[in-house]
Amino acid sequence: MKKGHIIGLGIIAIAIVIIMTSIGDASSYENFKTAWEMKEGGEDKSIHVVGQLKKDATGQVTGLEVREDKTSFTFLLIDNEGTEQKVFYNEPVPADFQRSEQVVVIGSYREKEIFVADKILMKCPSKYQETDVKAAGM
Amino acid sequence: MINTFVGNLGHLMTIVAFVSALVTAYAYVQYFRANEIEKASWRRFSRISFYIHTASTVMIAFSLFEIIYNHRYEYFYAYSHSSKALPVHYMISSFWEGQEGAFILWAFWNVILGVILIQTNKFWEAPVMVVFALVQAFLISMIMGVVIGDLKIGSSPFMLLRDATQAPIFQLNPDFVPEDGTGLNPLLQNIWMVIHPPTLFLGYASTLVPFAFLIGGLVTKKYSEWIRPALPWAIFSAMILGMGIIMGAYWAYVTLNFGGYWNWDPVENAVYVPWLILVASIHTMITFKKSATALKTSIVLVILSFILVLYATFLVRSGVLGDASVHSFTDLGLSGQLLIYMLFFLVIAVFLAARAWKHIPTSEKEASVYSREFWIFLGAVTLGLMAFQVILPTSIPAWNALVESFGGISNMAPPANQVEFYTKFQLWFAVAIALLTSVGQFFWWQKIDKKALKDALVTPYIVSVLISAAIIVLAKVYDWKYIIIVLAGTFTIVANAVILMKILKKSTFKLAGGSLAHIGLGLILIGIMFSSGYSDVISINMSGLTYSNSWEDEMNKEHVLLWINKPTQMKDYTVIYRGRQKKVVGVNEYVPAKLLESTGKVNEAIALADFKDHFKKGDVVKIVLEENDYFKIDYLQNETLKFSLSPMSQFNAGMGGLISSPDSKIYLNKDLYTYVAAMNDSEDPEWKEDETYEATPGEQFYIADFVTYFDGAEVLKEVDGYQLQEGDIAVKAKLRILDYDVEKSIEPTFIIRNNQIGKLPVIDTELGIKVSLENILPEQNKFVFKVNQYQKDYVVMKAIVKPYINVLWIGTIIMLIGFTVAIFRRFDEFQKMRDKGLE
Repeated sequence: MKKGHIIGLGIIAIAIVIIMTSIGDASSYENFKTAWEMKEGGEDKSIHVVGQLKKDATGQVTGLEVREDKTSFTFLLIDNEGTEQKVFYNEPVPADFQRSEQVVVIGSYREKEIFVADKILMKCPSKYQETDVKAAGM
Repeated sequence: MINTFVGNLGHLMTIVAFVSALVTAYAYVQYFRANEIEKASWRRFSRISFYIHTASTVMIAFSLFEIIYNHRYEYFYAYSHSSKALPVHYMISSFWEGQEGAFILWAFWNVILGVILIQTNKFWEAPVMVVFALVQAFLISMIMGVVIGDLKIGSSPFMLLRDATQAPIFQLNPDFVPEDGTGLNPLLQNIWMVIHPPTLFLGYASTLVPFAFLIGGLVTKKYSEWIRPALPWAIFSAMILGMGIIMGAYWAYVTLNFGGYWNWDPVENAVYVPWLILVASIHTMITFKKSATALKTSIVLVILSFILVLYATFLVRSGVLGDASVHSFTDLGLSGQLLIYMLFFLVIAVFLAARAWKHIPTSEKEASVYSREFWIFLGAVTLGLMAFQVILPTSIPAWNALVESFGGISNMAPPANQVEFYTKFQLWFAVAIALLTSVGQFFWWQKIDKKALKDALVTPYIVSVLISAAIIVLAKVYDWKYIIIVLAGTFTIVANAVILMKILKKSTFKLAGGSLAHIGLGLILIGIMFSSGYSDVISINMSGLTYSNSWEDEMNKEHVLLWINKPTQMKDYTVIYRGRQKKVVGVNEYVPAKLLESTGKVNEAIALADFKDHFKKGDVVKIVLEENDYFKIDYLQNETLKFSLSPMSQFNAGMGGLISSPDSKIYLNKDLYTYVAAMNDSEDPEWKEDETYEATPGEQFYIADFVTYFDGAEVLKEVDGYQLQEGDIAVKAKLRILDYDVEKSIEPTFIIRNNQIGKLPVIDTELGIKVSLENILPEQNKFVFKVNQYQKDYVVMKAIVKPYINVLWIGTIIMLIGFTVAIFRRFDEFQKMRDKGLE
């Protein structure tokens, strides 16, 4: 066997390992129902859940509880299937949190009552969609 | 009044630039094909056409800057990216904050490079400039803003605000011009935003040069000659792109509160990957020049690096990354256009390469294990695998979009912990690269056999083991993974230093580029290992209190809550939050915010008290970006003040919340990095219900837990901001409130006029209290105070120690110097050959 072949095989082998681990380590988008099913099935992997903050009739965010030391908080998130879930996040409340239209939580269930987010991604109303020119302009 | 002239000029120039790019491409094709008699005139025509294109591109940039510079908020671009308060250097940042501006910047660098290539090349001018002109046509089309039926080509930065938004105001008054713009994203109000994007885009633009030479080579059947002119440019490109990446990392480190310099964010990855491939291509090109091997690999890598830059642009700017990245770019509807741009050049390059494939010379002989080609090839392969490992998961959102566009469903998401995921691989690849460079360098400079190799490597090996042992013991590196990194890094440094010494002894500094760059790599590796691997969060909550007595308490709280003036223990330090500060023009230190009161004008305040020699009470001062608050955090050890840090934060509703910027104490061997994660919003306080206190002068009492001394009262002759009339009585009560070691004097005033009572309460935002003198009861010698509480000022902050981060920065600088030396050497070679008339 020529060295070239050995190197070639080595490259292919490493490439396959990379592809397999990438697929293996890739997270997935779930809803709270499937996420809980995964947890019950013994799967502890961090997953993504997309949802919106629970709001009351006047459009105010409800269910936001900040811990006394202000370094963590819980909130209520409603996923795209309509399931409501209490989520814990071990960081101070991001300042634009309540304005966000969409929240992605990355984490896993700790118990049925609480979903622990390791990371939160927020989609905020983009300033490009700003139609209220007046507010800034006059 | 709306000024439409500049916008129309810009728009016109865009069209001129687009058309002239196409004409240039056509003209250079003709020049290339023309016979000897016609050649000169075609060349003149092509050049004139390209210079027209250059001039119009410069005019596009000028028009856009004019709009921003003169605050023409009737234009959407100026309105949404700048504001009146911005100083000129941030107006430059506004220019490329938007995607359209970024494309203009890119096109601008391309024309500069194009002009340089015309001046420095003879033979290659025609084919190279054809590629350049085509690329320019694609880039300019991104900002055309032409709508044909349903087809929208490009997004014009010269759009008027009234056309871009449907704000109702424009129906009432189409000529309405907003007073001010919405401003530049505060995160970008930083000197790095002024220099980082142009560097990065010059890096992007310059990857075109080796690619253009390659395409030229394939078309003209000079399958190997293109390497010589392309090589210095490939190194230049890698140097600039590398510098852009490092600037981005440094910027993220010093101004963004990501907590570090590198987060494996998709946008970061998208630049890192083409850079890796570019570096790999440099190595195979150099091998080819030395020994006529690896030509095909070089061709593939050069194509790949150019296409990957376009792919990166596509990922970042098409909106396909969506919520996968912290760098948010809005979808301007350019994704289709970007995709066509990328596929166009991919197809052409692959077609030309495939057509030429069997004519490309290859070396028949098998590379020996004791040849430099073998080791360099291994290095290039490793770099390629590194790139592959990063680009694959980064592309997951694009993959999802692809599946969905065919009607499928894909719920794949990027790895949840990106840092851990990528580090797992990249770390070991980097170790492999480090070892390959040290061994490879020995082969590079001399023919070597098994025995000679052993002799050459034994000394550096022993030296590096000794140095590593010292590092491991002194810096307490006890993790086996990190020990291996220290070993690999030190070995790289020592082995390459040995080579460097030999080169310097024997010949000139000009040949030292390679070993310098590799020494830089070794330092970078060690610097990353220490600063990231041993990064230590010291703001662990050590209050000893448990709040909920549940599993939550087991989680590490990596932030601390600091109430103003209250000392809090944090690892080796006692930290005290001392209040907000502002930056004032002409004052070389921060000014306590409580000394300043806004005049209502942008960035202007009136001084409420004297401040050292800088200003007097009543002076009007200019504030640097008034939204910015700098939070003074004192660090004490053994009850003596060691230093103060002032991390910045601003509450920016328009940009969506809190924008923070860290501040670091920089030591030779570590950085202490501090940033504000949350702060008190004192803009519109909700005062709690009234509390009433009665006190006699001289009495000590408590206001909301604060020890308060009532030192007495005084009848005033005049009151600030109030016109006293004949017969008015004004009384000021003097209160001293103690908050830890701080004593505050609070003096509410009480005015009687014609049996009417006027009260001037005092608000202290730091303590979160409002005190007014409600009544005076002369018979009982008592004063009645009304107090409302809100909340004491606080910050929630995080502090991280990053050891030996300077090793990383020094390593990058050495690596960049190495690249620069190599550029000069290779360009020199090219010039000599060209002047001999060979190329």
